This record gives sequence, structure tokens and C-alpha cells, in this order.
Amino acid sequence: MATKRVRFTFEPNQIKRPVIYELGHKFEVVTSIRMADVDDSIGWVVLELEGDSDEIERSVAWAREVGVRVDDATLGDVVEGS
Amino acid sequence: MSFESALRCRECGREYPLDPIFSCEFCFGPLEVDYDYDGIRAAMSRESISAGPATLWRYAELLPCDPQYRVDLGTGFTPLIRADRLAERLGLERLWLKNDTVNPTWSFKDRVVSVAIARAREFGFDAMACASTGNLANSVAAHASSAGMEAYVFIPDDLEQGKVVNSNVYDPTLVMVEGSYDDVNRLCTELSADRNWAFVNINVRPYYAEGSRTLAFEVAEQLGWRAPDHVVAPLASGSLYTKIWKGFKEFERVGLIDEPQTRMSGAQATGCSPIAKAYKEGTLNFLPQKPDTIARSLAIGNPADGYYALKTMEETGGGAEMTSDAEIIEGVKLLAETEGIFAETAGGVTIACLKKMVESGHIRPQEETVAFITGAGLKTVEAVQGQLTEPLRVPANAEAFDEALGARHPVLAGAPAGGA
Repeated sequence: MATKRVRFTFEPNQIKRPVIYELGHKFEVVTSIRMADVDDSIGWVVLELEGDSDEIERSVAWAREVGVRVDDATLGDVVEGS
Repeated sequence: MSFESALRCRECGREYPLDPIFSCEFCFGPLEVDYDYDGIRAAMSRESISAGPATLWRYAELLPCDPQYRVDLGTGFTPLIRADRLAERLGLERLWLKNDTVNPTWSFKDRVVSVAIARAREFGFDAMACASTGNLANSVAAHASSAGMEAYVFIPDDLEQGKVVNSNVYDPTLVMVEGSYDDVNRLCTELSADRNWAFVNINVRPYYAEGSRTLAFEVAEQLGWRAPDHVVAPLASGSLYTKIWKGFKEFERVGLIDEPQTRMSGAQATGCSPIAKAYKEGTLNFLPQKPDTIARSLAIGNPADGYYALKTMEETGGGAEMTSDAEIIEGVKLLAETEGIFAETAGGVTIACLKKMVESGHIRPQEETVAFITGAGLKTVEAVQGQLTEPLRVPANAEAFDEALGARHPVLAGAPAGGA
């Protein structure tokens, strides 16, 4: 079993869609929410995905397809300039 | 002697040992170094600092590494310059510039890399790594070279030649990654998980980030042991900005200055402004953005410390501003023309945003303000090429010179009175 720590960011038009619920039903992936915040303009959820590594990648690709931004949970952009 | 005591989660406060780790196992929040401040207070004084070296190592007690592992290229204790000509142009009474263009690889990144490499050597790593669009790559390559360590430096494959050369000259393993900015991010995150490297802004990030606090320590010392009224600093990941504030508060905590009342303001390019946009919308939750700006050293679309930068603005009564690419060039030129400092585009962002904040009344004329100039202009020459006054081109005789000068500046033409 593999795990992946991700941050999902939702724009306002996606906030009402139960993306994490859908992801857990469409894929053999266990979702564990660790931190989250939602306000009028944006919402984000930090979660751990657990399952077969290919299945995790498929689930992340699906989340991106439905318009969710997916990033590493902690790091933000790794590439730095100044 | 060093006084770091533990790593602590910035979200839930859980404590961790001082290992090469960067995130909390429970909430995945970022880890930050905690210190034995009572011990530091007993070991450090204004006098002991003043007697120290003219580098960032004069604050060794406040750095999370054993100084015996330091790789000292002479970083830090850079000039704090009273900028009266620029202040007059902007309408400020007291303006200072922290000129970090004069560090060994010409940017403030030498501060964070100094600490990261010392800690990496203490951990026993023999290889350093980073992913960068320029300044960090230059600094990691130089410090690793000086320490005799391997360096793996990842850069996007479309970087300007000057930035490539400025890293390559130190002979690291320089990797130009094909694909988008996000592809570089993804590759480096993946490699950091299974290579025994000190990836400066990943597994040693908690230590690395602490190096930026030395900017605050120096400013407070150079102002005569006090914090300024207002700070304007560039925002990329948000780390530099938040660590400056942390530095002022720590100087108070160890008894070196009075309580800082500094208002902390940040500067971004409009083409990459997730933090400034969130500030203006009144939210602590920023929306990641695809960068599109000439200020590539600030082009962090998903800033790791963006939330904490916004919290700092809220806590200090500061704010954020953003500026167009054309205004960035004007900022670079204004700084050069008034104060003789040639900054990279990030400096143009800082000056252009400072100007806007004064014009809008966000910064009041009587507030003593410090602006942070974090990198040298020779790194981004392309940005100002074609934007400057053309040089006079003349044959080698005085008449031709006077004619050309007269055409441009009629009142200056002709030999000076009393000349030979």
C-alpha cells in the first residue's frame, strides 16, 4: 500500500461538489482529511490518500480533470528563485 | 554553541526531533525550528554581537546549526543604506535600503543556503540539491563547491543564459528539466523522497528558512538596536517575509530590542500575485496561480508560506501590493538612478510596490521604512535591455562629442569655463 499527501484547492464553483466522496467511490483509495478551510472565495483540503500507487495516481488525475488543483500537501512550489 | 531545541509544527504545535524532516505526521503542517531562548538570552548581548564577525555568523547562537560546520563565503552583514534621494522622490521622510545584492553570489539566498549546508554537513549528508529559477541554484552550487560536496541543481530548460552560467561555473550536476514549471516541481518532489541528498528547500527546509531571520537581526542592529516602523519585502514563497517578522520578535524575546511595532508589507508582480490578491480580497486562503511575469525570481504560483504571510499582514497591520511588468522596469531604473543600486527584477517589484503604497497612503510619510533589495541586476540584464537611454556614439574628437551632447542636452554642450 502506498500513501500520498495532497492539498486539493477548490474555486467557488466547485465548493458544493462532494469531490472527496466521489473520489472514494470511484477509486480504491482511502481518504483521510487532516486540515481544511473554506470561505466565500476559495476552499482547500489537506488529505492523505492510501491505496495502490497506480490507483492513487488515477484518482489524482481524475480530481484534476474535474477542475480541482492538486499539490503536495506541505511544500507548495519546490522550484525557487528569490 | 547552538540553542535549537526541537522542530515544532506551525499548525498543531506537535514537537519533533531535530531531524531532516519538514512536515507534521498528523496534520501535514510545516515544521519550524524552536529554540532555548532563555539560553540564548544568557549567551548573547549587544556587545558580544558587535564583537563578532562581519557576517551572518555574528548571530550564531540564533542559527539552527553548529557553527563548526559552517561554509563561510562571507555572507551577510550587508549595508543598510539611508536612501534620501529615493525617499524624496517617493514622499517619505526616512527610507532605508537593505542592500543584499552584495552577498557572495549576489542575492539573499546565500543566507538560507549558509544555514542549510551547515546543518546538512552536521547531519552527515555529502550531497546538496535544489530546484531553482536562478538565485538559489547559484548559491547552492557555490557553497557545495566550497565545501567539497556534490551538488544537484535542477532548473527549467528555458532559463536565461546568464543564470545557467552563474550556476554552471561552480561545476555542479546541473540538470535542465524539459517541460513546464509544474513538471520540475513534480520531478524534484519525487527525487527528494528517495535520494540521500540534502534538498535545501525540502528535507532541510525548516533549517534553511531560518537563515532569512538574519536580515531582521542586521536591520535592528544597524538601526541602533530597534525595529523600523514599516518593512517592504518581496513575496515569493512568503518565507523571507515571515522570517523577517520572526527575527524582530526573537530579538525582543532575547532582550536585544524593545517590542517591535513594525508593519510588515509585501510586494508581488501582478503576473504572480496569489498572496497580494488574497490580501486585497480579505481572505487568508490564496488561490494558486500560473506565473507570468518578468520577475521570475518571485514566480512562485503556489507559495508554501502564503498563508503565514497573510497572517503576518493581519497581525502587524501591514499589507500587500502588486505591480505590472512595465512598473517593475521603472522600479529597477528608479532605484538605480536615485541610489546607485542595480537590482534584479525582484528589487523593481519592491520599489514599484513601495511607491504605490506611499501614493495610496498605506505607508505614511513619517513612517521609518526599510525596503529589502534581495538580488543584483546583473542576473536579469535582459529585463532592462532596450529600456534604457541609448549611449552617445561619437568619433574620437571633442567637436563630435560636443555636437552629440548638445543634441541631447543643449545646456551642457561646449568646453567648461576655465577649462584647459
